[in-house]
Amino acid sequence: MDTLVQNLIASGAFGKNASPSMVAALVVFIMSAVVFLGVAFPFAGIVSWAERRVWARIQSRVGPNRVGPQGFLQWLADGVKHVCKEDIIPDESDAPLFKMAPYLVMLAFTLPWAVMPFSSSLILADLNVGILYMTSVTALTVVAVLMAGWASNDKWSLIGGIRSAAQIVSYEIPAGLSIFPVVLMTGTLSMQGIIRAQGWAPQHWFLFANPFTFVAANILYISALAEGNRTPFDLPEAESELVAGFATEYSGMRYLFFFMAEWGNLFIIGAIIATLFLGGWQFPHVTKNVIAMNILQAITFNVKVLFLVFVSMWIRATLPRVRIDQLMTLCWKYFVPISFVNMIGTAVWVAIWPDGNSLMGYIMLAAAIALAAVFTQRVIYYLRRSRMEVYFNPTI
Amino acid sequence: MSTLHTEEMTLNMGPQHPSTHGVLRFVVRADGEVMREAIPDVGYLHRSIEKIAEKVGYHGFMPYTDRVDYVCAMFTNQGWGMACEKLANIEVPHRGEYCRVIAAEFNRIASHLLSVGAMAMDIGAVTPFTHAIREREMINDLIEELCGARLTFNYMRIGGVAWDLPPGWREKALAYLDHFDPILEEYNALISWNKIYIERLANVGVITPAEAINYNLVGPNLRACGIKWDIRKDIPYSVYPEFEFDVPIGDGHWGKLGDSMDRYVVRIREMAESSKILRQALQKIPGGPVLAKVARNFKPPKGECQIRLESGRGDMGWYVVSDGTGYPWRVHVRTGSFAAMGIIQKLSAGLMIADLVTLIASLDVIAPEIDR
Repeated sequence: MDTLVQNLIASGAFGKNASPSMVAALVVFIMSAVVFLGVAFPFAGIVSWAERRVWARIQSRVGPNRVGPQGFLQWLADGVKHVCKEDIIPDESDAPLFKMAPYLVMLAFTLPWAVMPFSSSLILADLNVGILYMTSVTALTVVAVLMAGWASNDKWSLIGGIRSAAQIVSYEIPAGLSIFPVVLMTGTLSMQGIIRAQGWAPQHWFLFANPFTFVAANILYISALAEGNRTPFDLPEAESELVAGFATEYSGMRYLFFFMAEWGNLFIIGAIIATLFLGGWQFPHVTKNVIAMNILQAITFNVKVLFLVFVSMWIRATLPRVRIDQLMTLCWKYFVPISFVNMIGTAVWVAIWPDGNSLMGYIMLAAAIALAAVFTQRVIYYLRRSRMEVYFNPTI
Repeated sequence: MSTLHTEEMTLNMGPQHPSTHGVLRFVVRADGEVMREAIPDVGYLHRSIEKIAEKVGYHGFMPYTDRVDYVCAMFTNQGWGMACEKLANIEVPHRGEYCRVIAAEFNRIASHLLSVGAMAMDIGAVTPFTHAIREREMINDLIEELCGARLTFNYMRIGGVAWDLPPGWREKALAYLDHFDPILEEYNALISWNKIYIERLANVGVITPAEAINYNLVGPNLRACGIKWDIRKDIPYSVYPEFEFDVPIGDGHWGKLGDSMDRYVVRIREMAESSKILRQALQKIPGGPVLAKVARNFKPPKGECQIRLESGRGDMGWYVVSDGTGYPWRVHVRTGSFAAMGIIQKLSAGLMIADLVTLIASLDVIAPEIDR
């Protein structure tokens, strides 16, 4: 960063007496704009299209395939449509709060991208409290959703908002506790620090470091789905129960903001898991070229994240929704105690093997491969048993 | 310290609500997420179908019967046909009865597919619905070949059915059944034995056998409470005595007897039984005419009659009074959905709001059938 600023000043583009702090601020602004506008927002849009296509194939439908090749530009068409729609603000609503809630949601969605570790160099701000920052700013969503639910002055919205508040606040606890094992093992909260403590090979990932981290990774993923209002935990906007939950009264772009944040949050969920447990951008040192290396790392990171995004789409297309009491039971009776066990177990593990147990990594990896094999075998069994014909081509 | 002031919330669920299929309305008194009471408000789809019968005559009323229950319109067709035949003592040709049973049982499968699919969707799983609809489309294709319509069939006539099976239809139908039986397995693997799904359905909306009888529940809702009562077996009509089939009843395997899961599983099993009936019917179908000679100016003798048949939603009754003219003096339809709506108020106390949706879906209430 410093060298970049020095070079920029030396190039003379900012005049002779440029202040380094001003140039640094400008660089940060431009970089954040590029990340937010060039990565975060298009990603949210493209995910909406991808999710509809993935859903459609799972549900033996075709999905949007008219706008652009394979319907790829559908998200732009939807965006234009929503911008053109009338922005209805109900008379009975609390107008200022009603208008503000979608912006707050967008804020909670954009802020985490500041610490998104795309590669060893591509990160806006490698905060020393990176992961803590990430979990705390994503929790801002609860304020926005509650605000939207209350300000709409609609009973369905209110129930949706209250449900969301209860759900997000509850699931913050197991999510936070599941981050602890990794922090205990690395001794840092920085995103880059956590990734650097892992290796590129699966047996060096924290997912397979010990049984406790494996469980913690799963709990974190499920809790993150719950915080992101994803099926099976999409109670705040449960269509068949609450019409559209907290977003019932919204229309046009404000409505779209809520859902852009939801789809964009998928990337953030994936990024947290990939960073903490799946080795982040770690890639074997195949070349000395820094730029090539960074590109390879960014691709690795994105592949891992997109796989997790795909899994969450898959889960959404498969599972029914839980009830509010079951949701709370799952959180408080199962996840919170198990998370504490994980934390203590990892602490003991770290005390016994301060540098980690490499044999355990191989054993866990072998077990995971066996699990995946059993899963694949079950899938093939069901396909063979029940379907007459399977259509594998994803493009129609 | 003073206690926190709380009050109950009155929610207005419907008539425009995604999970009240058609236009139902419930006035829900809720304490947070827990319902104190859900009062059903019927009448939003009242279209005076019974009165129309008095104006259009016996033959002319057949297309209107489709609208009584558009999800399984074959049964309403058949009910009207049976009532008129009983009134005028008309013998339906044997092949005609077979055609009726085949069409009706296909329709029962289609109706139950829609029911279980919509139920899964109400609980939040979208995929089973599209899979169920995919299978239902194939049945619709078959029925379209039979009678030219996909929803409001108007296939049956007083004295038989309108058209014979088209050439090659029998083989197509049998091929579909071969395809359908494993589909049920797939469907079960997809959603029925899903842990979350069972958790959502089991022990929700438990109806005791005594309650079921007192509230006049019929069809799968009654059988799910463990009462073996099927008009096809107990008051046989048409050619049902010629077929072998079981009447599935609820056993409370997943929770209590008569809960939503039992109602769901009974419907799944009934589809398999319908498939069994269809196979036998398609194998045994005799030759001959399909429509008895009935005067175009149909004037049944003075009198009244009542018939019962097992529709997709259970015991359906048709009561017709004739005054000897070409127009019925009074027609009344007794449908299962109306009775099912009645029990919702009793069951809803103490359930969650999410469970009300489950309950409506599990009772398989069709809005036009409530009000006619």
